[in-house]
Amino acid sequence: MGVVKKVPFSGTQEQKTALLQVIREHMHDKGALMPIMQKAQEIYGYLPIEVQTIISDEMNVPLEKIYGIATFYSQFSLYPKGKYRVSVCLGTACYVKGSGDIFNKLKEILGIDDGECTPDGKFSLDSCRCVGACGLAPVIMINDDVYGKLTVDDVEGILKKYE
Amino acid sequence: MYRSHVLVCGGTGCTSSGSPKIIDLLKDEVKKAGLKDEVAVVQTGCHGLCALGPIVVVYPEATFYSLVKPEDVPEIVSEHLLKGRIVNRLVYKENDQDEIIKSINETDFYKKQYRIALRNCGVINPENIDEYIAMNGYEALGKVLTEYTPDQVIQIILDSGLRGRGGGGFPTGLKWKLAKGNDADQKYVCCNADEGDPGAFMDRSVLEGDPHVVLEAMAIAGYAIGASQGYIYVRAEYPIAVQRLKLAIDQAREYGLLGKNIFNSGFDFDIDLRLGAGAFVCGEETALMTSIEGNRGEPRPRPPFPAQKGLFEKPTILNNVETYANIPQIILNGAEWFASMGTEKSKGTKVFALGGKIQNTGLVEIPMGTTLREVVEEIGGGIPGGKKFKAAQTGGPSGGCIPAEHFDIPIDYDNLISIGSMMGSGGLIVMDEDNCMVDIAKFFLQFTVDESCGKCTPCRIGTKRLYELLDKITKGNGTLEDLDRLEQLCYYIKENALCGLGQTAPNPVLSTLRYFKDEYIAHVTDKKCPAGVCKALLSYTIDPDKCKGCTLCARICPNSAIQGKVKEAHVIDQSKCIKCGACMEKCRFGAISKR
Repeated sequence: MGVVKKVPFSGTQEQKTALLQVIREHMHDKGALMPIMQKAQEIYGYLPIEVQTIISDEMNVPLEKIYGIATFYSQFSLYPKGKYRVSVCLGTACYVKGSGDIFNKLKEILGIDDGECTPDGKFSLDSCRCVGACGLAPVIMINDDVYGKLTVDDVEGILKKYE
Repeated sequence: MYRSHVLVCGGTGCTSSGSPKIIDLLKDEVKKAGLKDEVAVVQTGCHGLCALGPIVVVYPEATFYSLVKPEDVPEIVSEHLLKGRIVNRLVYKENDQDEIIKSINETDFYKKQYRIALRNCGVINPENIDEYIAMNGYEALGKVLTEYTPDQVIQIILDSGLRGRGGGGFPTGLKWKLAKGNDADQKYVCCNADEGDPGAFMDRSVLEGDPHVVLEAMAIAGYAIGASQGYIYVRAEYPIAVQRLKLAIDQAREYGLLGKNIFNSGFDFDIDLRLGAGAFVCGEETALMTSIEGNRGEPRPRPPFPAQKGLFEKPTILNNVETYANIPQIILNGAEWFASMGTEKSKGTKVFALGGKIQNTGLVEIPMGTTLREVVEEIGGGIPGGKKFKAAQTGGPSGGCIPAEHFDIPIDYDNLISIGSMMGSGGLIVMDEDNCMVDIAKFFLQFTVDESCGKCTPCRIGTKRLYELLDKITKGNGTLEDLDRLEQLCYYIKENALCGLGQTAPNPVLSTLRYFKDEYIAHVTDKKCPAGVCKALLSYTIDPDKCKGCTLCARICPNSAIQGKVKEAHVIDQSKCIKCGACMEKCRFGAISKR
């Protein structure tokens, strides 16, 4: 992963209240930590160290354990994502149909690398492993919209829709 | 009673192609035509032919419309539903010469299939428990709770010969028997729905198309081993599956099919969902359980096996989605029925996700023992563009490539192992002459390097070294000794890695080395990539006889590597060429070739 510019944490009081409520409701469930971290990421959009610290304090779990989990799973992000999250499927079915070239084209147009976000906060780019739409390979997703059967030439036009 | 049912696929593939809009429009048009009480529009699970979505099937005729666009909807309603005239232009045709209108079950794609795990997918509305019950749903659970002892249930599963559909092929009944034999105050039943093999989506389709079958089977398993709690570990990347599972659990609880005292038998069983967070290693059973416990999903050494000490240190069984999807049918139809299908040691059917360079990409369920040729050529419709079949990859990053020489091998667990691949969860990716096998091996190793959890050294460092060697070869810097080193390292990792991920990670390398050694040697000694994939080994040349000297290529070359005068043949300066291929793409005379 490339260098990601540090964005100052700007969590609101409402977000914190929502998180505290989630923690109170679930902290005594079996194996509650991961579901709580998933909810926290839903609330904040990512899991900066500040949010991890809140979870650590409230649940009385060492911060290093939470950090360990946050960095283990690819779904958790320590950095904010763009307004439009572009994910390129690099699963086998998409790869043999040329998704690698599409990924390179996106990197070139957006000027960012895997896992990074454009400076204006608009687009972030991630590679992902199989969204299960192999019949439409090669596939990219922008937020929840799936674009399939792509060629390199389609990429620019699709991004334009989001500008 | 409706005289006609219009089923619209709501699986992920068709949803991506716009099926929700088709459903809304169909409902509107049906209402406008005054057919609201005669025609029902139903959203179903996956039909299998994902590349041709959105798919609409009209029953009772079973007319199969593919690639339906919003503007086609009024015509379907006014012609087919109102006047009874099939809209020929929208009916799926297997080839251009095909004049006869076939129903869905008569097409080559479907007629060789036999659906057990997928029997309800594309047939019922997955969001309605009554439709599942109407297809004998929860009857097997009732039968088990009222007629059989737990030992009898286990014996049926043992006799059926069912083996785990998630990869390893361990006999399911034996797994249950071991867990039943261990006494504990609490036991668990888990479902592995963390389908991580890139290119496989059969579990997703079952969860999206028939979620109740998994719940019912888990309850049966709970009764058999003496567990009262189940967990489904499902990928967060599958939002539709997660939402339908949640709905299904709520409905089953409301009907008393989950919860306390099910069917008045005194048996309690409930199920919770846990979302995976994107880690391939969590498909390994001990890693999955560690993850449900709320930790980094790292595997742990076995023994103790999960049947002794699994989730939260209690006896646990873990089966995958497709395995569970077979259970209720085995209970209802008997072990003998199931064991009558398939080969000697692999019974029943298997679902495959056909992908890659094949005409009909999608999901197929075939009896064990069907040959690869039947799957690729007959069901899959062959390879597009008249290209030549090169290999089929099964088993994902743990599997291997099957070359053309084994095209007629009957597919079952043991045959695939014997030719250096494995069943895996059922991804089947077809490759043609344009795919480079060294590049494919490198692709899978990059995957395992990314996904290695880092706990054991052979996997963490070994896969990285394998990747580096492959990278060196694809860049044209490899030597023949590197090939030996590659093979040696593969065996070292296989023997020493802690879990299934590491032990199988070298398989893509070993199987391509075994069947496509020529290609490796071409990369190493001739510094050529025969398939024309590895960029560093390509050179673009201009055929002076074909070049008209139009200067187009020289103008678009981003690195000014092409020289030449107007109306004279141009030349590419190989030292400057960055191998982007832009010139070849744009040349109007086909004068530029790569090799």
